[in-house]
Parts: sequence; structure tokens; C-alpha cells
Amino acid sequence: MTPVWRYGRPALVLLLAGLAVGVPLWLVAVTSAKPQAEAIKPNLDLPRHWQPAANYADALGEGEMLRGFLNSLLVVVPSVVLVLILGAGAAWVFARRKSRLVSAAYALCISGLLLPPAVITIVMELRQLGLAGTRPGMIAVYTGMYLSTSIFFMTGFIRAIPTELEEAARMDGATPSRIFWRIVLPLLRPVIATATIMVMLYAWSDVFYAFFVLGGGDRATLPLNLYQVASAQLYLNNWHLVFAYVVVMSLPMVAVFLVGQRKIVSGITSGAVK
Amino acid sequence: MADTVVRTRKQPSAAGPPRSVGRLPRAAVHHPWWFALPAIAVFAGFFLVPNLLNFYYPFTDWSSYHADIAFTGLDNFRTIADDGSLLRAIRTTLVYALLAALFQNGFGLVLALLLEDDSRFNRFFRAVFFLPVLISALATGYVFQALLDQDGAVNSVLGTDIPWLGSTTWTLVIVTLIHGWKWMGLAMLIYLAGLKGIPGDMLEAARIDGAGPWRTFWSVRWPMLAPAVTFNVTTALIGSMNTFDIVQATTGGGPAASTEVFNIYMFRIFGQGLYAQASAMSLVLFLVVVAVAIPLVVGLRRREQLL
Repeated sequence: MTPVWRYGRPALVLLLAGLAVGVPLWLVAVTSAKPQAEAIKPNLDLPRHWQPAANYADALGEGEMLRGFLNSLLVVVPSVVLVLILGAGAAWVFARRKSRLVSAAYALCISGLLLPPAVITIVMELRQLGLAGTRPGMIAVYTGMYLSTSIFFMTGFIRAIPTELEEAARMDGATPSRIFWRIVLPLLRPVIATATIMVMLYAWSDVFYAFFVLGGGDRATLPLNLYQVASAQLYLNNWHLVFAYVVVMSLPMVAVFLVGQRKIVSGITSGAVK
Repeated sequence: MADTVVRTRKQPSAAGPPRSVGRLPRAAVHHPWWFALPAIAVFAGFFLVPNLLNFYYPFTDWSSYHADIAFTGLDNFRTIADDGSLLRAIRTTLVYALLAALFQNGFGLVLALLLEDDSRFNRFFRAVFFLPVLISALATGYVFQALLDQDGAVNSVLGTDIPWLGSTTWTLVIVTLIHGWKWMGLAMLIYLAGLKGIPGDMLEAARIDGAGPWRTFWSVRWPMLAPAVTFNVTTALIGSMNTFDIVQATTGGGPAASTEVFNIYMFRIFGQGLYAQASAMSLVLFLVVVAVAIPLVVGLRRREQLL
């Protein structure tokens, strides 16, 4: 390695990180601490008057952030749990059984990786089922949409697990349910971490499907609230509130990532590039 | 059930393991279908059925204006074709997908090559470049709106007065750059995994044969990255055809509908209560995705096998 490159590379990395990631994050951080008058024209200056507490309190009050946070949790957590458990069950069968029917069912179940969800007719169907505008309806839509991802990752993962472990348990008289809960699920831990973050990533930040299924109202999730706060922006110029929202919405995902970083990275990569 | 399974053990295994337990095939006892049925039911009910319904409702007059739904044939398609939104949405979405995939993969590959070695410094900056992936697309859109607004941060730093988001030609490109920025971290991770998967002795051999960094890259590393490229390009192209949040937050489809991708159109028209018309656009999106995805996946797979 040439000496120029030895020092040039880290310098280039620092420069890129500063410009590409540092500047946008800096803008979010300083703007969320500015009073409205300073935030009207967003810039990179430090706030002349610091008022982060007031802004975040405002976002909590006017944007009904707490309710949005709770609403988000109430749809995202059940969706993730369902995607993981239902997906693991299906992946187990798809990975272990061999027949035309199994391959066809597998192909169908992972078709959601490529095909776009038909969001307009989902609304129609939910209305007929009486689930439009409800949390169970939203959970069903997210689960249906993200099952493909978890089934795809998990099936590949289970295929790589030797069957001997299951056979040994079977010899000892374990039923399929017991084998599934006691052996297969615990072995899936790394891929569960990946699937969790992927589904959380999509569902936590989704505003498109939430708009069609939940609409505004009491059940609006965090991104829907952010959308409403930012749309009111046209009249109010609330950049300081918008960015307070952005920070609060992003922190949980960053926390989840930091906690599960190792497993997430290895899971994403082993699932994608084999 | 436990008792039937135990019996497998007692059968003579001279001719390999027994294929059945009692009258049931072995697989049906060990990995029964009912583990897969709940997932299949939810997926069918809330993914496949709506997609099937999407082949019916575009041919009706379903809207918020009347209670009954009547069959109207191709009226909705004629409407969106005549007012120009159909072709415009197809063109805009395809351009968006192509550029977004290009930027996302370009940035991702450059970052992966820069941060390839496993040092503490590199590990930290991989996490830094992954941050945009964790920030919601809607939030990303607002951040860049604040940056690129005519009154925004970029103009105030540069001392210019450029309407970054106001050009009917270039705004689409800028929005795809933002899309590439948001997802470059994910592409980077997958390229890093691909680079790690290249056997060390292969690079060693190339080095001994006198190949420089460029030669090694084009002749050894790039071809070996084929699976990562397949995955990244496919997910980026297909995923970005389903884009919504970034465009909605930065431009809302403007200026003059020049960034109106399929989902923005659906969102707007659905808001006006024209459900069947929105559904017609959704069917076209479905068909366009299928038309792009099938040759893409087949082609890239074939390319991988050639190498």
C-alpha cells in the first residue's frame, strides 16, 4: 500500500462521513434546538437561543407524539412477533419437506419480496372485513407484507442446520411442536435478529400503508403524525418541531441497531450473499 | 403423536431410513403442514387476495361518490392514458428506479471498498454510514427538503439562490440521489460481505502474478462480487419502484408532476376519492414490476453462473 493511500484513505473517509452524514445530522440537531424564528430558514448555524426542551415539549403536546409513539408500538410489536413466529413455522416446513407442492407454496410465499402490495384493494378488503382503520387491520397488512422477507431469510438458514439435532430429539420422543419450540426456534436466533430489524425498519418508518389503512385520527402512528406536523408546516413553518420529531422517531431504531449490531450485520450478510 | 414417531426407531433400517410412519408419509409426521398454514393463510389473505382483487376493481367505477360498484370496462385506464398520467408515471418510476439503483450501489460499493479492512476506525465509520438506513425515509425527505429548499441550508452555506427542488428535469435526479444516500449503508454492508467472501489465496495469487490494485479489482474482486451485485441491484431496482416517502417529503410529486411516481399518484388520487382509478394505477405498477423483475432476476442469475 502506498503511503499516500495509507493516510489518504482515512482522510477521505472522514471527509465523506462529515459531508454526507455529518451535515444532515448536524442540521437536524441544531434546528431541533432553535426557536421558531431562527428555524424558518434552516441553516447550519448554532442556535443563538437554545430551547431544545421547549421544542421537544411542544412536539409532545401539539404533535401528540406520545400517543403516536404508543400507536406505533401497538402495531409494530405484534406485527414483528407474528412475522417471526408464523414465518419460522412456515420456513421450517419449507426447508425440511421436499415435494412440488412445498416448492410451489414456498415460491408463492416469497413472491412478496418482489411484488408490490396492492394497497388500494387492501383498503377495500379491510372495509369488507370491518378492519379498516383498526390496529388489527394494520397488523394484518404489515404481517402479510413482511412475511416473505422472514420466510426467505429463515428458510435459507434452516436448510443450513443439520437435521441430526432434530432427529436426536425425535429419538427421545419429542413431538414436532416441542422440536419446533425447543430446538428450531432457539437455533434461529441470529436470523431472528435480522428479520426483527428488517421488519422493524420498514414498519416503524412506514407512512404509506399506514395512511391508507389507519388514516389520521386517534390511531395514527408516529410517521403519520410527523407527516401531519410537516404538512401543517406550509402555514406554520415548524422546522424546529419537525426535526424534534425526526430525532424522537429515529432514536428507537438507532438503539435497536446498536444493541443488535453484530447479529444484524452477520444475519443480513449471510442471508443475502451465500 | 410422540408414540408414532418413536416407532420409527424400531423399524429395521437396513434399506435406509423408513419413508413412512404408519400410513402417513414421514415428512407429514415430522414436519406437519399445520406449521406453515397460519403463515400461508395470512399471506394469502392480506397479500395475494388484494393483488387478485386488483385485477377486478380497476375495471369498475368504485369511488367515494357512490355506494354501488358497477363494471365499467376500460374507462379508468382510458382516463389515466388520456390525461397523460399513465405514461408519465411509468417513465418517472422507471427513471427513478434506474438512477436510485445506480446511486445506491455506486455509493455502497465505494464505501465498502474504502472501509474493507477490519480496523476499529473502519468499523466505526461503517456504523456511521449505516445511520441513514435507520432514519425513516419520510424524515430523510424532510431533512433534505430543509437542506435543498431555496431558503435552505445548502444555499445559505454556498451563498447561492438555486431552486434545487424546482427543476422539472433535475429534481428527479436529486431525489434519486437522496434515495441512494438513504440506502447506501445497506448496499455497503452487502458488498462488504461479498468482499469478505473472496478467498485470500485468490487475491494472493493475483498479487504474485503481478496484478496491481486496478487489475485485481476488475479481474478478481468484481467478478467474485456477482452474488452481492445480483442481490443489491435487484432489491434496489424493485424496491425503488415502490418508493413513496422520500418523494412525498421532498417534492410531493412536483414540480409540475415531474417526480410523480406510481405511489405518489395513487396517494393523490385516492385522497380525491377516485379509488378505482388509483387501483388501475396500482395494477399497472404490479405489471411493470413483474415485467422488470422476471428478466432481471433470470438475467443476473445466469450471469452469476457464467462466472
